[in-house]
Amino acid sequence: MTWPDQRAPPQGRLSVKRTLSTPRRPWEKRMPRIRVEVDGATYEDDVEPRLLLVHYLRERLGKVGTPVGCDTSNCGACTVLLDGESVKSCSVLAVQADGADVTTVEGLGVGGTTHPMQRAFHEEHALQCGYCTPGMIMASLDLLRENPDPSDDEVREGLEGNLCRCTGYQNIVKAVRRAAKDMREPAEREVTP
Amino acid sequence: MTVQEGRAEVGSPRKRSEDARLITGQTRWTDNLAPAGTLHVAFLRSPFAHARITRVDTSEAARSPGVVAVFSGADFADEQGSLPCAWVVTEDMKHPDHPPMAVREVRYVGEPVACVVARDKYAAADALEEIDVDYEPLPPVVDMNEAVADGADLVHEELGTNKSYTWVFENGDIDAALRDAPVVIEREYVQQRLIPSAMEPRSVLCVPEADDFTLYSATQIPHILRLMLATVTGIAEHRIRVVAPDVGGGFGSKLQVYGEEVLALLLARRLGRPVKWTESRSEGNMTVHHGRDQIQRLTLAAERDGRIRGFKVDLLADMGAYLMLVTPGIPLLGAFMFNGIYKMDAYSFTCTGVFTTKTPTDAYRGAGRPEATYAVERIMDELAAELDLDPIEVRRRNWIAHEEFPYDTIAGLTYDSGNYEAATDKALELFQYDKLRAEQAERRERNDPVQLGIGVSTFTEMCGLAPSRVLGSLSYGAGGWEHASVRVLPSGKVEVVTGSSAHGQGHETAWAQITADRLGVPFEDVRVLHGDTAISPRGMDTYGSRSLTVGGVALYAACEKVVDKARKVAAHLLEAAEQDLEFSDGRFSVRGVQQEGKTIQEVVLAAWAAHDLPEGMEPSLDSDATFDPDNFSFPHGTHLCATEVDTETGMVKIRKYVAVDDVGKVVNPLIVEGQVHGGLAQGIAQALFEEAVYDEEGNLTTTTMADYLVPSAADLPEFTTDRTETAATSNPLGVKGVGEAGTIASTPAVVNAVVDALRPFGVKDVPMPCSPERVWRAIRDERKPETAEPGAGGGLGSAGGAQ
Repeated sequence: MTWPDQRAPPQGRLSVKRTLSTPRRPWEKRMPRIRVEVDGATYEDDVEPRLLLVHYLRERLGKVGTPVGCDTSNCGACTVLLDGESVKSCSVLAVQADGADVTTVEGLGVGGTTHPMQRAFHEEHALQCGYCTPGMIMASLDLLRENPDPSDDEVREGLEGNLCRCTGYQNIVKAVRRAAKDMREPAEREVTP
Repeated sequence: MTVQEGRAEVGSPRKRSEDARLITGQTRWTDNLAPAGTLHVAFLRSPFAHARITRVDTSEAARSPGVVAVFSGADFADEQGSLPCAWVVTEDMKHPDHPPMAVREVRYVGEPVACVVARDKYAAADALEEIDVDYEPLPPVVDMNEAVADGADLVHEELGTNKSYTWVFENGDIDAALRDAPVVIEREYVQQRLIPSAMEPRSVLCVPEADDFTLYSATQIPHILRLMLATVTGIAEHRIRVVAPDVGGGFGSKLQVYGEEVLALLLARRLGRPVKWTESRSEGNMTVHHGRDQIQRLTLAAERDGRIRGFKVDLLADMGAYLMLVTPGIPLLGAFMFNGIYKMDAYSFTCTGVFTTKTPTDAYRGAGRPEATYAVERIMDELAAELDLDPIEVRRRNWIAHEEFPYDTIAGLTYDSGNYEAATDKALELFQYDKLRAEQAERRERNDPVQLGIGVSTFTEMCGLAPSRVLGSLSYGAGGWEHASVRVLPSGKVEVVTGSSAHGQGHETAWAQITADRLGVPFEDVRVLHGDTAISPRGMDTYGSRSLTVGGVALYAACEKVVDKARKVAAHLLEAAEQDLEFSDGRFSVRGVQQEGKTIQEVVLAAWAAHDLPEGMEPSLDSDATFDPDNFSFPHGTHLCATEVDTETGMVKIRKYVAVDDVGKVVNPLIVEGQVHGGLAQGIAQALFEEAVYDEEGNLTTTTMADYLVPSAADLPEFTTDRTETAATSNPLGVKGVGEAGTIASTPAVVNAVVDALRPFGVKDVPMPCSPERVWRAIRDERKPETAEPGAGGGLGSAGGAQ
């Protein structure tokens, strides 16, 4: 097996780092190095080319807020934003995220506050076990990016790739529409107690 | 004791406190946990439905990079024991050994044969490919009818039969009821096999510490699992701590003692390091226990006016290859429910448990009651059609009237309360029943290619498992009580410990509401702890819609004890007689002298300081209670479904769904509504979408979510839900279970609606799931029976009955 040669070994770096990225034994193939920004922090890692982005997030970075629900990219539990667009992180390789900006559910909200989408899921009781919730929230954000004011049917169609086994979806639809309203009218929201 | 009702928590739609960690990704799923040194396990699974294992060579795999150890079933043969079945339903039940990892023979596709333990999951998966197994294929046993025929190939050669048991219940003279009955309706329905599909895959992590083990598992039953792990492995119970951290749904599938859990414990012991295994979805679809899978042969005898004389039920229930924790008992939970809400003179129930070379079956949301409810509610619609009566009317003529409660049913239960008339009237109004019937007539009149169907389901179910004496009489291996304890902290905050093990239901919120009311403390001052045998040592866990009706009542009783103790302290502090104190809104005061009083927090602090307590009083208000119910709880309701069925394409669209449920008193209406929504989704999914399909060789062909159709948001309608409230009389809270009601009620409502749409074509049944192809064929087959082809639905029906 040959690994695709992602990029040349880094030049002009500290020798200790070069040593680490240099194969220790001749039969070991060099792993590609990726640089990814995840939830505002920058990471640089050598990864196996086959490593899935979701496993990189969970097992290398400890970002376990994004769960895995299936292995055929049907359930959407692992949905994250890759450069602002939703992807199922089980069907993206970590190397494909090289140079990209990844946002997970852990990166929503600023300064200790939650994001309007997170609040809406809570307010509308749009989760029960909560396993699908991170992916559902991230997919919903992308849905609103494309359509800031979706109808019920548009929300249902838009979230077709995210499965929930607990809620029957009705409250998820309500939550997404509530978040859409709150995100369209942030000023109004602030004056509402 | 009086509680100020004005600020009552119970009954208010509290937003859930557990959401905070779930919406921010701070959840503790088992697979999120990885203590330093954790090794990862992968299982090699049988590709054959039935085969003899003649050789397993693990040597090559053991040399793979990163691999710490490789084991076959034979390596654990002396210590792995046999997985437990806690429900020996008859004295002569055939109960085969079930090794966690197969040693000599495999009996379903996916049965574990060997395992690799490696430093990461990729290395473990890689090494699986290096394990060499020689199999000698044996005949698969896929079809239940063939399995029970003479000369059938056997799943377990040593048992000499594929029948595990035959269990009979009879009341009244069924022969007399059937003899000369003016109307006799015979039907055969197939409850297709379902895959529970909780969103969180199974995961288990076992951390050894010399002779002690902490096992984290995505389980519904940490307490039962602990006892069973001890029983199976011989490791003493007090050396095992089981933790169910956040658990991502169960629906019965995590009410199990899985081989992988046992092996995680044994691997941790053998290797002295933490070991973790998390299944993939494809792996889980093959190996998480399945649900349903029955062939139901039904005979209903009635008078010309529609009154039921008797109901005869003959079941074949697919056990799969082995009997797991409560496998044989699941269909028997239906034995008490085939009579539904109806009065009749005679009832006969016979169930034969059948072994096949398929994944074992066990509890799936509703567990026995959906199957029974489907049968009776479907056949009530058939009776209505036969007599040309409205399906609501035929039910009215048979149901138990509200003034007849408590009512002893033909199946031997006592329904404590109910009001079927009220729920039905409310549902009819919300549904605009007459208007939709008029539209239906109009569409029929003009031969509209899209026909409208209306389906009715007036259901009840037994839940809140269960009175221990009843479980004992059914030969179940344990009791049905639940435990709660209340710990009052010196600052006045309260910790509630419950033996119920939540996995998405919302216990942390509802239990805090109950406690806040009983103790008169703020909701925010209560924290609910569960799911860890070290924190919550006593419990019977969560299944069978039991948490509130059993565990919630235990909590209620424990709170009462806290108040009783506090009253003694308060009386002492106030220098008053106990009987002169009233407790309201968290404050004790002397009756008639409101200004003289002590808050519960003041009393708590005084008890903790213990400077001045009544003679003989221990310095603690902490209290425990264990509640064992006298009876089941019997939620009921009326569900109405309108479907638009395209007779040209077979496509079914749910146009309207109204669910009026009576779950007694409600602690949190938000949570109740959520439970109903989710239940409806799963019941509708059985009616229209989901089926675990096996081919002739016994291969599961629906191993992924691309093949096994868990519905998405786009597949489901908006539900109209409402409630009537008839308090349960069997517990002081007046509550009934709600977790399974929606699933139990909705499946027949939907199929009744599909069949109702097709009545003008002579269609009397569409096998589940009512896929477009099956609907289309049902119409064509009625028109031209000679063109009927086998295999409707795209594969051999799981129970072999859908061909």
